[in-house]
Amino acid sequence: MNRALSGALRSAFGAAAAGALLAASGPALAADPIKIGVIAEAQAIAGASIPQAAQLAADEINAAGGVDGRKIEIIGYDNHSSSADSVRAFQRAVNEDKVNIVIASYISEVVLALEPWASRLKTPFVTPGAASNEISKSVHSDYEKNKYTFHGYLTSAALALSVCDGAKDLLVDKMHMKTAVIMSEDAAWTKPLDVGYEECLPKIGLKVLDHIRFSPDTTDFTPIFNKIEGAKPDVIITGISHVGVQPTVQWKNQQVPIPMFGISSQATNETFGKDTNQAAEGVLYQGVSGPGVAVTPKSVPFAENFKKKFGNYPSYAGYTAYDEVYYIADAVKRAGSTDADKLVDALEKTDWEGTIGRVQFYGKEDPFTHSIKYGKGLITGLMLQWQDGKQSAVWPKDVAKVDIKFPSFIKLSN
Amino acid sequence: MRAFQILIDGFAISALYALGATGFTLIFGVSGVLNLSHGAIMVAAAVAAWAAASILGVGTYAGALIGVGVALLTAFLTYFAVVKPIQDSRRIPNEEKEIFVLTGTLLWGIMIQELIAYFFTNNAKTVLPIVEGVVDILGVRTPKNEIFTAIVCCLVIGLLWLLVNRTRTGKAVLAASMNPRGVTLLGLELTNIYIVVWAIYGILAGIAGVLLGMFLGVSSYSVGPLTASAFSIVVLGGLGSVSGSLIAAFVVGYLETLTAYLVSPAYRTIPALLLLVFVMYIRPQGLLGRR
Repeated sequence: MNRALSGALRSAFGAAAAGALLAASGPALAADPIKIGVIAEAQAIAGASIPQAAQLAADEINAAGGVDGRKIEIIGYDNHSSSADSVRAFQRAVNEDKVNIVIASYISEVVLALEPWASRLKTPFVTPGAASNEISKSVHSDYEKNKYTFHGYLTSAALALSVCDGAKDLLVDKMHMKTAVIMSEDAAWTKPLDVGYEECLPKIGLKVLDHIRFSPDTTDFTPIFNKIEGAKPDVIITGISHVGVQPTVQWKNQQVPIPMFGISSQATNETFGKDTNQAAEGVLYQGVSGPGVAVTPKSVPFAENFKKKFGNYPSYAGYTAYDEVYYIADAVKRAGSTDADKLVDALEKTDWEGTIGRVQFYGKEDPFTHSIKYGKGLITGLMLQWQDGKQSAVWPKDVAKVDIKFPSFIKLSN
Repeated sequence: MRAFQILIDGFAISALYALGATGFTLIFGVSGVLNLSHGAIMVAAAVAAWAAASILGVGTYAGALIGVGVALLTAFLTYFAVVKPIQDSRRIPNEEKEIFVLTGTLLWGIMIQELIAYFFTNNAKTVLPIVEGVVDILGVRTPKNEIFTAIVCCLVIGLLWLLVNRTRTGKAVLAASMNPRGVTLLGLELTNIYIVVWAIYGILAGIAGVLLGMFLGVSSYSVGPLTASAFSIVVLGGLGSVSGSLIAAFVVGYLETLTAYLVSPAYRTIPALLLLVFVMYIRPQGLLGRR
């Protein structure tokens, strides 16, 4: 074929294609759904609530007419708790399913693997449950590149603060405890958590006698509890998420006489009671909300609706994922578009009262850029305890329903 | 105090390992099958026992029985749906059958694992202990269930010994492991012997799985490590040798416990694996292997 002709043809086709694209996207835009990709650990206690809660929020928003007439569509992907599967799901979500924004994972390793992909594919991305400080630190250190990532859950540093705030009131002031041993699983999210614990526990008056980090593959916790008991602490401060059922059951079966207090992600889901055959009795854990706890007027109705639909109360990541869909919808409405950069700008200005408190993000200048703000009037977290097979709030005072009580094998030293 | 602790904990875990590995080695000895879906069958038993007791509410004893029943069923399914078709196939050359069985059972195990994760999540499950509470033994606070586990393991292994050495069926099994062709010449149907062996295996793996679920808890993630630990115990003891596996189970159990207490729980499995490599170098047939 004649080269000039071929060139002319090609440009003509190009122009026609571009024209068709413009024509298609213009008028159709108003009715196009807002697509949210949800990548989560559908087979894990903590992760299973994420897609369920997101769908619940989307259904509610759609039933109320959507966002400026646009429906919200949730596209779910099971990542089998694997970073590699998550990255593939992210690529597929953006390139093939054309999602506008992604909500993904409660595992820090997974979120840290997805963060560069949010930057490369310029797609806003919010995590409902990972905690590592590194997620928001990378946004701070290279804002222009990483601004697409939002951390919709507390950082490990904030989690440590929340646990210490609770421990001061409950353990030190009320029960006069003086010593603690930190027990945490070896994972990305616990490194900054442990640094936080080491720093804040002595400040509130709990001397750290020992610090045990163990592999998340551990199945027999007898030697660990044995070592902890040898140090004779008043309390075990936990940092566990990948494990939960096994240490809790063995703690009960071996009648380890020391209470457990801290982060225990699996304990936040109602199914934990059954999985441990109620060995969870007496376990104290940090949460952002819980069944029957009116952190805000939205918390209880959400938890009840969730239970009605899915048969159990949500894990902590269920609350955050539910809120995320709502403030994403709010951001789209304010931005008047699903354009990635406009959406990032709008998300940065989020001020949303959700189920876990008032959600705002730290700004560009803060070391934890795009992480949700921790503090009074915003999000403080709470402490809950498994009592009589149920999760009950014990701290702070304004939401506490009951006093702490322990199973008979716990021997308080004071 | 710590020495007693290691002695007691090590015994319980070793007895459990021994029970898990015995069935595994028995099948290899009699039919030359290395069943890589072993861990999956154990986990299926534990999860079934948990589900029956916690979801259906049938009680602890019935739950445990259902767990063992599920393992027996899964073992038969493994034999009839995976192993036997490969062994009977005319299109697979005889010398390649072992590798086909290896791959087939491995994939079968992964299928069971994924099914468990799909229906019951990949979080750990624990079976409600049959006996609860603790007793003080030489100053060590020992869960009664740990003692129960050790006793059941020893009893079952004892019964197995009686079955193999004192009954007609058992003797046929023993004979088949020594000389399969000889057994057929005596007029015994080899397939029937295989069915007996797989039944014994299913019950052993089921009991081991349910006890493990009570003692430590299992999840779908345990499938790989459980197969690997049975495999290394059996290789260490000598493939096909039941007494070798028993000795190896105690060696591995105590080595792991010692490491967990004296070094760090994080390095628990490493010395046992190093020992395995070392034994492979100097005595490839294993401690009591025949070849």
